[in-house]
Amino acid sequence: MPSAVDQRASSAEKDGIVSDEDHVIEVRGLTKRYRGTLAVDALGFDVRPGAVTGFLGPNGAGKSTTMRMILGLDTPGSGHALIGGRRYRDLRRPMRQVGALLEAKAFHPGRTALAHLTALAAGNDIRRSRVGEVLGTVGLAEAAHRRAGQYSLGMAQRLGVATALLGDPGVLVLDEPVNGLDPEGIRWLRTLLRSLAAEGRTVFVSSHLIGEMALTADRLVVVGAGRLVADTSVAELSARYGSLEEAFLDLTSAGTEYRGSAGGATRPARAAGHDHDTRERKIS
Amino acid sequence: MTAAPALPSTPGTLRAFSAATRMEWIKLRSLRSSWWTLAATIAGAAGIAVAVGANTKDASADVTNNLLAGVAPGLLLIGALGVLTMTGEYSSGMVRATLAAVPNRPLLLAAKAAVFGTVTLAVAEVTAFVAFLAGRAALPGRIPPPGLGEPGVLRAVMLSGVGIALIGLFGLGLGAVIRHSAAALAVYAGSVFVAGQLLYALAGSAVEYVPLALVSDSVGVTRHEAGALSPWAGLGMLGLYAAVSLGAGGWFLTRRDA
Repeated sequence: MPSAVDQRASSAEKDGIVSDEDHVIEVRGLTKRYRGTLAVDALGFDVRPGAVTGFLGPNGAGKSTTMRMILGLDTPGSGHALIGGRRYRDLRRPMRQVGALLEAKAFHPGRTALAHLTALAAGNDIRRSRVGEVLGTVGLAEAAHRRAGQYSLGMAQRLGVATALLGDPGVLVLDEPVNGLDPEGIRWLRTLLRSLAAEGRTVFVSSHLIGEMALTADRLVVVGAGRLVADTSVAELSARYGSLEEAFLDLTSAGTEYRGSAGGATRPARAAGHDHDTRERKIS
Repeated sequence: MTAAPALPSTPGTLRAFSAATRMEWIKLRSLRSSWWTLAATIAGAAGIAVAVGANTKDASADVTNNLLAGVAPGLLLIGALGVLTMTGEYSSGMVRATLAAVPNRPLLLAAKAAVFGTVTLAVAEVTAFVAFLAGRAALPGRIPPPGLGEPGVLRAVMLSGVGIALIGLFGLGLGAVIRHSAAALAVYAGSVFVAGQLLYALAGSAVEYVPLALVSDSVGVTRHEAGALSPWAGLGMLGLYAAVSLGAGGWFLTRRDA
């Protein structure tokens, strides 16, 4: 509930000047408990602009919950998640600073894509012509007048991406955006995310698909059972473990609820003294 | 989140509120179900009022009040629309997009209520006038048709419209509290339509506070009925229900995870 965050957010009242710092996602001591289960456990990391940061972890590791707390949908039990030093809930026209795509459909099936985006644009004082632009970007211009309930999963994801891009935000938070996309769509999204990062935006994208992250992300935040297990670069992690898949399975083995009998037993104890670029935590 | 003040106290908040109302207006009008519901409200009013009018036998009765029975479908439909306007956000997942756009939840609910209240007030007034005029035209020749200039007639028609809009807002707040369409609709129908029977069995005098009774026996009468609240007191009661429901909705909306 309310903590130091409140004072912090209000003191960070700064509009107008956009610096890199405005695009940093800062997560500190973030904790969330659902009916006794610890979904997110004292999670802390930064996500910086100019790179695609993958948020990797097995199903149920707390990725979606973390993203929901970053976006102010869920209230943290303790700790905080700030964007440019402010809580999402304190942002004035949030879609112009943060674009969000959350897992599963976030639109009314009876509304057309055009109406959906027009409404959200109005809610954040985004110029109307932007709606047509993002529909073009995601390849939904032809389907804009169809009710979104008729969309395939891939088209629904594209509408979600259009929604995220609507406010031309400096920060993007995307939860499993690859879900439901066909191979062509996956490549399209990868190219899009990389170009958004190249423009200097912060791109934070969750996935449980290691292969896709290896191709898309520059940096990785890896979680298992709600805890941070690695915060490093893709290159660094692959180099250390031989492959990203090895690294992922090894790092998250203790955090995975269901695993083969050979899973945890072979986990090597890691020595201290890693590369300074890497922050890892042993799971006890 | 600490209780965020929703009152438009600063120019920034006022601007955010105006943007949120524009968003909610586009959302409301871009769903076909909104238009069907509102059209059915008006059509239902005309149908029932004509039937009531044509069958009027007693000229000494409160004919205006009888004709205003036409607003009854509106009570069900506009209330249900209010409930679904809120619960539909949750059942579809739209609420995540809505809250991403407007994370100030009390402000969001206020904007929703302002838009929904304005639209339904306009439709409910049309409904009440349609009921009155269509029903009056169907009166048999021997019944003198009530005129809008006669004592209490205009008030009865106007307040019936306001009453329906307030019950719509009651439904909206209820939807924010209960969030599940089926459960919220059941509670809505129960409190507006069934509570009367129940209260009548328990305590006869309490029945005058039931929403349905307030609309039919208090706000829609040309002459005060014994055992019912006066028109203005009845309207105040309906306003209180709407305010309490929206207040509770805002409280839950702010404190619960979306």
